[in-house]
Amino acid sequence: MDGLNQSILTVILLVPLAGAILVALLPDRGKLPNWIALLTSLVTFAFTLHLPARFAAAQPGFQFEVNHKWIADPAIFYHVGVDGLSLWLVVLTGLLAPIGVLASWNAVKERRKVFFSLFLVQQTAMFGVFVALDMMIYYAFWELSLVPMAVLIAMYGRKDGPRAALKFFLFTFIPSAPLLVAILWLYAHTHTFNFVYLQILINQGWVPAADLFWCSLAFLVAFAVKVPVFPIHGWIADTFNEAPVALAMVVAGKLGLYSMLRFHVELFHAQSQAIAPLMIALAVIGILYGACLALAQRDYWRLLAFAAFSEYSMIVLGIYGLTFTGWTGAVYQMLNVGVVEGALFLLLGAIENRYGTSQIQAYGGLAAKAPRLVSFFVIASLAMVGLPLLNGFVGEFLILSSTFTEVSHGWAVAAALGVILGATYMLWLVQRIFYGAESELVHANSPGDLGFRELAGVAPLAVLMLVMGVAPSLWFSSIQTGVHGPLVSQPAQSKSPLKTPASSPNTTPAEAIQ
Amino acid sequence: MNGSLYLWLIPLAPFAGFLINGIVGGRLPKVLVTFVGLVAPLLSFSIVARDAFFVWSGSLALPVAEQNAPAWISVDTLHISFGSVFDQLSMVMLLIVTGVGFLIHVYSVGYMADDKGYARYFSYLNLFLFFMTALVLAGNVLLMFVGWEGVGLASYLLIGFWFQKDSASNAGKKAFIVNRVGDFGFLIGIFLLLATFGTLSFSEISATLAASPAWQGGVFNVIALCLLFGATGKSAQLPLYIWLPDAMEGPTPVSALIHAATMVTAGVYMICRTHVLFNHAPFALGTVAVVGAATAFFAATMGLVQNDIKRVLAYSTISQLGYMFLGCGVAAYSAAIFHLMTHAFFKALLFLGAGAVIHSLGGEQDMRKMGGLWKTMPVTFACMTAAVMAICGIPPFAGFFSKDAILYAAFLHYGTGGKLLWGVGALTALLTALYMFRLWYMTFLGTSRSEIHHPHPTPASMLVPMTILGALSICGGWIGIEHFGGFLEPVLGEMPTKSGSALTEWVLTGIAVLLALEGWLIIDKYYRRKPERPAQLAAAVPGAYNLLFNKYYVDEFYGWTVVKPLFVISRYVLGFFIDKAVIGGAVWLMGGTATLSGAILQRWQSGNIRSYAAWLAAAAAAVLLFIVVPWTSVLAGIGIHIHMAGH
Repeated sequence: MDGLNQSILTVILLVPLAGAILVALLPDRGKLPNWIALLTSLVTFAFTLHLPARFAAAQPGFQFEVNHKWIADPAIFYHVGVDGLSLWLVVLTGLLAPIGVLASWNAVKERRKVFFSLFLVQQTAMFGVFVALDMMIYYAFWELSLVPMAVLIAMYGRKDGPRAALKFFLFTFIPSAPLLVAILWLYAHTHTFNFVYLQILINQGWVPAADLFWCSLAFLVAFAVKVPVFPIHGWIADTFNEAPVALAMVVAGKLGLYSMLRFHVELFHAQSQAIAPLMIALAVIGILYGACLALAQRDYWRLLAFAAFSEYSMIVLGIYGLTFTGWTGAVYQMLNVGVVEGALFLLLGAIENRYGTSQIQAYGGLAAKAPRLVSFFVIASLAMVGLPLLNGFVGEFLILSSTFTEVSHGWAVAAALGVILGATYMLWLVQRIFYGAESELVHANSPGDLGFRELAGVAPLAVLMLVMGVAPSLWFSSIQTGVHGPLVSQPAQSKSPLKTPASSPNTTPAEAIQ
Repeated sequence: MNGSLYLWLIPLAPFAGFLINGIVGGRLPKVLVTFVGLVAPLLSFSIVARDAFFVWSGSLALPVAEQNAPAWISVDTLHISFGSVFDQLSMVMLLIVTGVGFLIHVYSVGYMADDKGYARYFSYLNLFLFFMTALVLAGNVLLMFVGWEGVGLASYLLIGFWFQKDSASNAGKKAFIVNRVGDFGFLIGIFLLLATFGTLSFSEISATLAASPAWQGGVFNVIALCLLFGATGKSAQLPLYIWLPDAMEGPTPVSALIHAATMVTAGVYMICRTHVLFNHAPFALGTVAVVGAATAFFAATMGLVQNDIKRVLAYSTISQLGYMFLGCGVAAYSAAIFHLMTHAFFKALLFLGAGAVIHSLGGEQDMRKMGGLWKTMPVTFACMTAAVMAICGIPPFAGFFSKDAILYAAFLHYGTGGKLLWGVGALTALLTALYMFRLWYMTFLGTSRSEIHHPHPTPASMLVPMTILGALSICGGWIGIEHFGGFLEPVLGEMPTKSGSALTEWVLTGIAVLLALEGWLIIDKYYRRKPERPAQLAAAVPGAYNLLFNKYYVDEFYGWTVVKPLFVISRYVLGFFIDKAVIGGAVWLMGGTATLSGAILQRWQSGNIRSYAAWLAAAAAAVLLFIVVPWTSVLAGIGIHIHMAGH
C-alpha cells in the first residue's frame, strides 16, 4: 500500500470528479445518480482513510507531498500535501460526503444528475482547498468550492433560493478578488506560489513589511467572510436556511477556518500577531452574539445557522489565541463541529422531509412518534452544548482553558458564558420540537421514525461523538505534528507559578489573578 | 490487592445497564429489563461493600492510588487521566450512592410497573448511577466535572421523563440550565486551578497546598468562591436553588434518589474533596457557612406553607443541604458527610413514603386531600414516622446525631459569628419540626379527606426498601461523630470540635431537641386539636402568608431580571436592530449591491437550467483563466507594473 503514498492525494482529488462526470454522462433514471454518488463518495472516503493509516506522527511537515511543475511562467506547480492540520479535515470531508448523499436520497426529487454531479465537484473542490500547497492551485480550488454551492442553493433552495444564493455569492466572491490580487502581489515580490517558500520569505523579511499588512488583510477578510466572523456573517442564516442539507452539511465552517489557520496565521506571523487582539474580541462577540440570536430564531435552520456561527467563533478564538493548546483544541473542534452539525443537519432535514416545514412552532410532542429520532437528536444536541465525554467538550475546554491561562482571563470568562447560552437554545429547541403535547401537524401525520438509510448516516456520527469525547488522544498525536511555527508558544515544561513560591503570601484576589 | 479491586466496574456496570436497556430495552421482555436494571447497581454495590469489608478487616489500606490510569486529554503540560481516588471519603460516598441507589431501583420496580417507558426509565436511572459513581471516584477536578455534568444530564432526562407534560419538560430544562449557570462558575474555578497549580489532580493540588501552609486567601478565595458557585447550582443553595422544587415533576423514586439522597449532595462532596483549598481560603469558607445557614432557614420558611407533599420535601431537602454546607463552612467536613449520610437514609425514605402514598391514592399529591392514612398504610406510616423523627433531630433517631454535630461545630467556630450561625441553625430545627410534623399530621393522622376509599395496595418491592431505610433512619447515626469522624480523619482532617467542653455540648443539644419538640407541640395543637387555626393564622397575616406561599417571588424576580431581558435583547435589539438594520444595512450599502442585486436576481430567477449551467461554466472558465494566463505580463500589458523582488 505504501506505493500509494505518492499518488493518494491526486486519487482523492480525481475520484469525485470522475464520479461527477459519470453521473453527468449516464441517464437520470430512477436512483442511478444517487447510487453512483454514494459509491463514489464511499470509495473516496476509503481512500482518505489511507492518510491517517500511513501518516507518520513523529514527522513534522507535509506528507504525501507531490510537487510537479505545471506552468513555467508564472511558475505554477501542482503542489499538494497534508500535515497534522489538514489530515483529519480531509478525512472528515470524506466521511461526510456519503452521509450527505444519504441525507439527500429522497429530499432531492428532480434533476438528480445536476445535483449529484455538482455535489461531487464540490467534494473535489474541498479536498483541493485542504491539500493545495501552491497558492494558485489553492485559489482555484477555493473559488471552485463556491460555485456548486451557489448554483445548488439557487436551484434547490427551499423557499427563496435565488436570493440566498445571490447573497452567498456576493458575500464570498467579492472578498475573493482582493485575495487573488494579494496572491499575485506576493508572487510579484517572491516569484513563487509555493506555500512553504512563501512562509519562509515573508517571515524572514524578504517582502516589504509595510505593504504586507494590506496583503495579509486581503487574505484575512476573504477567510473571515467564509467562516464567518462577526460582523460579516450576513450570509450564513440565509444559506443554512436555503442550502440543500447535504451541501450545508459538508461545507459549513471548515474551509474558512482552515484557510485562516494555514494561509493567514502560518503565512503572516507578525501581521496575524498584530491583529490577534481584534480577532479575539470579534470571536468572543461572535460567540455571544450568535448564541443570543440562536435563542431568538423561529426557524430551526436559522437557529442552527447562528448556533454554528457561535461555534465557529469559538474556533476563531482558539486560532488567534496563538497557543499550542488552543490550536490543538481549534483543529479538534473543527472536526467536532463538522461531525455534530452533520448529524443535526441530517436529523433536521429528516424532520423537514416528513412534515414539510422548519418553523419550530409547528412542532411539539414528536418524541412519542419518533423515539429513535429524538434519541439521536438529543445526543447530538448534548455534544453541541459541550457535555463532557462527548466530543464538543474536549475542543471547547482546550480553547477556553488555554485562552484563560495564556491569553486573557476576561475574554475567556466572557466566552465561557456562551456555554450557558448554548445549553439554553439547544435544550429549548429539543423541548419545542420533541416534548410537550403533540401539535396539530405532528398529530395529523405519521410518517414514521428514522429509516435504515437515515440510521446508516447518523449512527456512525453518534458513535464518533462518543469516541472523540472519550479518546481524543487518537487524534491529538497527529494533529500536534501540525501545530508548530515560531508564532505558537511551544510546549512549556512548567507553567505552575507555585513551583516557584516567590509570590507574596498575602496577595489580594485581583492581584493574584493578574 | 490493588489489581483485584475492580473499581472500574463500579461506574461501568451501570453504564452497561444503560446501554442495554437504552438500545434494546424496548424490545426486551419486562423481566429482563428489570433484571438488567437491578443487577447493574447491585454489582456496583457489591464491589464497594466487598472493598469496604477488606478495609474493615484490615487487609486493604486506604487510600488506593491508581497507577497507569489511561489518559483522557493530554496536550502540552495539561495531562488529565481517567484516574480514580479510592479513600475513606469516596468509600463512604460510594456505599451511600450504590446502597441507597440499589434500594430505590428495587422500589422503582413496583412504582413504575405500569409505565410505558419502563425500559427507558431504568436506562436513565442506570445512567445516573454511572455518572454519580464517576463523580465520586474522580481523581481530578475535570473528571469530577464529567460526572457533575453527567448527573445533571440524567436529572434533566428523568425530571422530564413524562415529556408530554409541559410542566415536566419545562422543569427538566430549567434544572439543566440553572445547573449550567452554576457550572459556569465551576468551569472558571477549573481554569483558575489550572492557571495556579498547573494541574487538576486532587492529590497534586493538596500536596502543593500542604507544602506552603502560609499562603492563605488571595487567589484561593477566588477559586473557592467559583467552586462554591458551582456547588450552589448542583446542591440547590442560594441563589441557585430555584430548580429543585420544580424538579419534583419527575417520578417520585427519582426525586428520592437524585433530588434528595445523592446528586444534590454532590456540592457538599465537592467541597469536602477540595477542603484543603477551602482551608486556605478563609473568606470563601465563611461564605460557605453563611450560604448554608441562610439557605437552611430560608428554604424551611417556604416549606411551611406548601400543600404538595413532594414540594414540602423539596424545600426540606434544600434546607437540609444548607445544614451540610454550614457544616463544611465551619470546617466540620466529617459532620457534613455524616449528615449527608443520615439525610440520604431519611430523606430517601420520606420520598419513597410519599411515593407510596401518591401511588395508593392514584397520583394525588395534595396533602389537603389526604389524611388518616395510618390505618390503611401501617408500614408506610411506621417508616415515615421514623423518618420524620430523624429529620427533626429527635434522639435517638439518625438525624439527631449528625445535625447535633454540625450545630455544635458551628457554635465553636468564628466566635460571635459562629454563635449566630448556631442560632439560625437551631431556629431552623424548630421550623423543620413544624413543616415535617405538619406533613405527618396532614397525611397520616386525622380523618381521610380523600375521594379514594380503597387505596391501591403497596407492593412488597416498595415496602422492603422502605423498611430497610426505616431501620437505617433509626440507627444510622448510632456510630456517632467520634467514630465516623475518626474514620474520615485521614482525608478530611480532625473535627474542629475536639477542643469543646462536654457541658456546652449537652446544653446546646438540649436546646435543639427542645426546639424540635416545641415544633411538634405547636403542630399538634394546630392540626389535631384546633384544625381551624392554620387557616385563621394565614388569613390574619395575608402578606406574610402570600410571600411564603409564592416562594418570595424569587422565580418571578429571575424571570423579570434575567430571562425576559435576555429574550427581548436577543430578539429585538440584536436580532432586528443590530443584525438586520445596522449590520445588514451597512453591508448592502458598502457593496452598493442593492441595485446590482435586483438586476442579477431577475436572471437567476429565470429558473432555466441552461442559465444555471451557463453561470457555472462562466465561473469555471474564470477560475481556469486565473490559473493559465501569465498574469504579470497581462497586467504589464494594460499598464500596471508590478515590481519584481530582486530586480
